[in-house]
Amino acid sequence: MGVHVHTTVNGDAVEFACGEGEVLLDVLRNRLGLTGAKEGCGTGDCGACSVMLDGRLVCSCLVLGAEVGGKKIETIEGMADGMKLHPLQQAFIDHAALQCGVCTPGFLIAAKALLAKKPDPTEEEIRFGLAGNLCRCTGYDKIVRAVQHAAKEMRG
Amino acid sequence: MQFAQPSSVKEAVTLLVKEKGNSYILAGGTDLLVKMKSGSVEPDLIVDIKGIKGLGEIKKTASGFLIGAAVPCAALAENAALAKAWPGVVEGASLIGSKQVQGRCTIAGNLCNASPAADSVPALIAAGAKAVVVGPKATRKMAIEDVAIGVGRNALKKGEIISGIELPKKLPRSGDAYLRFIPRTEMDIAVVSCAINLTLDAKGAITKARVVLGAVAITALLVKGAAKAIIGSKLDAATLDKLAAVCSAACKPIDDKRGTKEFRVEVAGVLARRVAKIAYARAGGKI
Repeated sequence: MGVHVHTTVNGDAVEFACGEGEVLLDVLRNRLGLTGAKEGCGTGDCGACSVMLDGRLVCSCLVLGAEVGGKKIETIEGMADGMKLHPLQQAFIDHAALQCGVCTPGFLIAAKALLAKKPDPTEEEIRFGLAGNLCRCTGYDKIVRAVQHAAKEMRG
Repeated sequence: MQFAQPSSVKEAVTLLVKEKGNSYILAGGTDLLVKMKSGSVEPDLIVDIKGIKGLGEIKKTASGFLIGAAVPCAALAENAALAKAWPGVVEGASLIGSKQVQGRCTIAGNLCNASPAADSVPALIAAGAKAVVVGPKATRKMAIEDVAIGVGRNALKKGEIISGIELPKKLPRSGDAYLRFIPRTEMDIAVVSCAINLTLDAKGAITKARVVLGAVAITALLVKGAAKAIIGSKLDAATLDKLAAVCSAACKPIDDKRGTKEFRVEVAGVLARRVAKIAYARAGGKI
């Protein structure tokens, strides 16, 4: 059977066919060639597959491809403005807030969602806001500092 | 497997009734998709209810609030009127999973999933909330405490769906609160939890109370004896001792990797004291 879906990804109209039980993460990676979102756990615990769905931060491993018709999806691929990195992306590089990089796209999406709601978060708010994103390399401190720095820059 | 996106509750019910195999309702999917991934659930039909008009809304009604079954928990805290009237309910709903899970998970789903440790359920019971259950023949309202009937089991019949959760109007001089114990600081499953909703008279004495414990039995427990223990009081030390003792005695917990029976029994009393004090202060009482 399969489902035929029309949706919007990073502002572009997109259509795809997928299985009824196929998750959005697999659609993004395997059907649309958007491999920025990663599969860590596949059960919504690690946040490596984070994307925005109609303005809400979600794990794309816990969304079916079949249910995103007519919705607005934002992924890490849409974060930079052409060749110009988003302040969060630049801050992650400047602060060495990544090592292996598997968790990084998810952290960036989650951090952007956090800063959209709280432009001037405390360290505690950053840590709680990013609690759904697991990193096994950095120990989180560099990530927190990168987010603090980017937040400051984005506030201007 | 079939996937359906009905545009009305009636259509959803018809689809569920017609399906001979395993049918599942998809709201947030934060339980369903995990179970599908592990293979513990193999649906023949998934009915996505998020396209049904009104189910994604929180409505202020003459009798209180109606929270649609497809409203993500993140939206509860964003609703200022709801957060003001029922802070305990919003606290419970806001503790489920991560921000990512919050963007999807629903209180109706949390209820139907019927985990004894469900974070949103105790405060809903304490609030006297009701589930609006639409079935093939009739619509009925169920007290929240009647929905879960065992670990992972709920009382809904084939073809029935919860379209929303009704919260009553907050009474004057009343307050509710929810706390849970977890060994981490966030993103964990309750080892013990407690919700209390109480109402005071003009002098600060408790006139009504509902005390609920989570994660200490196969379903959340509405502990009527605990309410009795505090009604008439102003939460003096002796009353709090009694409340803690009644709550501990009501527990029928299991030992598991998150906590022993003894620990859960003890902590239920400790949490009940703390939650009662918060609810009392929110109701305008002074200890």
